[in-house]
Amino acid sequence: MAKITFLEAIQQAQAEELARDPSVFMMGEDIRCNVFGTTTGFVERFGEERIRDTPISENGFIGAAGGAAMVGMRPIVDATLSSFLYPAMDQICSIIAKSRYIYGGQARLPLVIRSCMFYGNSNAAQHSDRPYAMFMNMPGLKIIAPSDPRDMKGLLKAAIRDDDPVLCFEDGTCWMAKAEVPDDPDFLIPIGKGDVKREGTDVTIIAIAGGVPTALKAAKRLEADDISAEVIDPRTLVPLDRDLILRSVRKTGRAICVDPAHLTCSAASEISATIVEQAFDALRAPVIRVTTPDTHLPFSPHIEKPLYPTVERIVDAARRIVGAPVAPQTV
Amino acid sequence: MHDAQSSIGDNDRRLEKYRRMQRIRQFETKAEAIHAAGEIPGALHTYAGMEASGVGACMALRPDDYMVGTHRSHGHPIAKGAMLRPLMAELLGKSTGICRGKGGSMHLSDFSVGSLGETSIVGSGGPVAAGAALGAKLQGLDRVALCFFGDGASSEGAIHEGMNLAAVWKLPAIFVCENNRFGMSTPTSDAVAGEHVADRAHGYGIPGVIVDGQDVDAVEQAVREAVDRARAGKGPTLIETKTYRYADHAVNMGRDLTPRGPEHDEWVGRDPIRLYRARLIEEGVGDDALSAIDEAVRQEVADALQYARDSAYPDFEEAFDHVFVDRLPIPADVRAHA
Ligand SMILES: Cc1ncc(C[n+]2csc(CCOP(=O)(O)OP(=O)(O)O)c2C)c(N)n1
Ligand SMILES: [Mg+2]
Repeated sequence: MAKITFLEAIQQAQAEELARDPSVFMMGEDIRCNVFGTTTGFVERFGEERIRDTPISENGFIGAAGGAAMVGMRPIVDATLSSFLYPAMDQICSIIAKSRYIYGGQARLPLVIRSCMFYGNSNAAQHSDRPYAMFMNMPGLKIIAPSDPRDMKGLLKAAIRDDDPVLCFEDGTCWMAKAEVPDDPDFLIPIGKGDVKREGTDVTIIAIAGGVPTALKAAKRLEADDISAEVIDPRTLVPLDRDLILRSVRKTGRAICVDPAHLTCSAASEISATIVEQAFDALRAPVIRVTTPDTHLPFSPHIEKPLYPTVERIVDAARRIVGAPVAPQTV
Repeated sequence: MHDAQSSIGDNDRRLEKYRRMQRIRQFETKAEAIHAAGEIPGALHTYAGMEASGVGACMALRPDDYMVGTHRSHGHPIAKGAMLRPLMAELLGKSTGICRGKGGSMHLSDFSVGSLGETSIVGSGGPVAAGAALGAKLQGLDRVALCFFGDGASSEGAIHEGMNLAAVWKLPAIFVCENNRFGMSTPTSDAVAGEHVADRAHGYGIPGVIVDGQDVDAVEQAVREAVDRARAGKGPTLIETKTYRYADHAVNMGRDLTPRGPEHDEWVGRDPIRLYRARLIEEGVGDDALSAIDEAVRQEVADALQYARDSAYPDFEEAFDHVFVDRLPIPADVRAHA
């Protein structure tokens, strides 16, 4: 086990799977020059045929990944930022998500589409999207959104080996986080299994992607209030580990969903609805969603940063949900 | 390749072209310096080396003509005549910025000079220009719409779709591909099939023109012909300006990703502003007249920076403006911690 960053975890997962399976190859804009450190040494090791720079034409090369997958390849597409998935909506939603279904199981599309959610750094609205929930609303796409290096590596490897299309959303705010990650080339984390990141008894905080480290900080701070928070990371959004979430909420009787995406029809909304439908009897207070409000992300940092779920907002939500007074904001 | 042997336009216009190129260069030189000092958040995609492309193209337009640009957004509005204060304030994220601090460096778009956006999703401006040209045509106005896009953007479906629409409906549009030889780290030759982007015009049955993008007069002349054609109802033109970007893809990426070759020095040796200055002097414009412009622009830039620094940051409420016509309500828990 070595301590590595989130980005190094991506690099390792890809390198190991490229080495393991000759049908795995990579495509994306400017991936050979290794802008973010996820393809270090790949051209030298795997050659330009398998590490392909593409023209700037997402609908073209993401669609082509679908075509290559249909004939037995296992493409990993690096779409750079999640905002650049929109030009490829057509191929992702009409072809990649639906081909297995329309053709009655004849088509197989084992491909991974990776993209970074690049928010919180004054990149303005067209570059700051966190669009996983849009794709959750499209059947046929598995979706992973890991929050730490260990999960990142294990889930990405599982995604590459999976026989269905998987969208991998990588939270830029987690890039530099470090953790111990196994070197075992067969270390996998199963798609569809969530994880309890911290045990607690008073409230369950279900957090997504970059919301997880924030929720963990909030849980720590809540100790001072004698509030014991359990933090759950679903890790996979499709299929969602509903059992794990429900089990925890049945134990604590309270749920807060933390999601860095916008409020309406968010992953947090889906999780809240699941809890309300299936664990209503166990709830001691209404579910609370802590998300980014339904406005775009502005460039100016002073008004951008407070829009995301913060430790303070989660702490307040936890105090409210247990019926404790919400303390005035500390400076 | 279009080549201008001498400058075009009367004396005022010639000096204006020089002034706008200087404005872009000096505005960005200042912006880079204060970005390095931490005063500008986010990335900075500079236009240095490409000034003749933007200014030549925009000088062929009327103030009421439309223009759509890209993430490399500093040059286009200045070329079209925008004033510097709101642009600099935008870079600093201030409330007096041209986009009120919402857009930043990739979106310096001044609608008062005919801009319809500087959009940072590569290629996304193509259909906008086609649509603006359609709107002008339907309204019986003789305005044209010009779309700037990069060599990299030429691979996007949206650019093709915009050009095909404009061609099939004979819309008054001009598509200007600013081929600066790279899209980020990728040389044009690795991304564009065929030798020139302009060659694709044949497929649409429209004129395709290649022009020396370092020669502001040559660009202006080529675009002027395209504008005349568009106003006459004969449809769009695709123009490719062969140009070069001096700096990294964006200032803040850590290292220059551009695989520059030996031609780098040649390009820098053909600096568009120096070339134009030499031409003007050769044609009898006094050196002192040009130096006076340099100095005046220096003052404009200093004034713009002072204005930007003196301006306030947006109030938090402003984050909820402009999603729709009416301001959105601010959730209580968000407001409590803003
Ligand atoms: C749809 C989309 N894909 C990728 C990007 C990332 N990106 C920003 S600029 C750029 C290169 C653009 O090259 P070009 O069109 O030649 O313009 P230049 O930067 O050279 O001015 C890329 C890949 C983006 N902004 N939008
Ligand atoms: Mg380019």
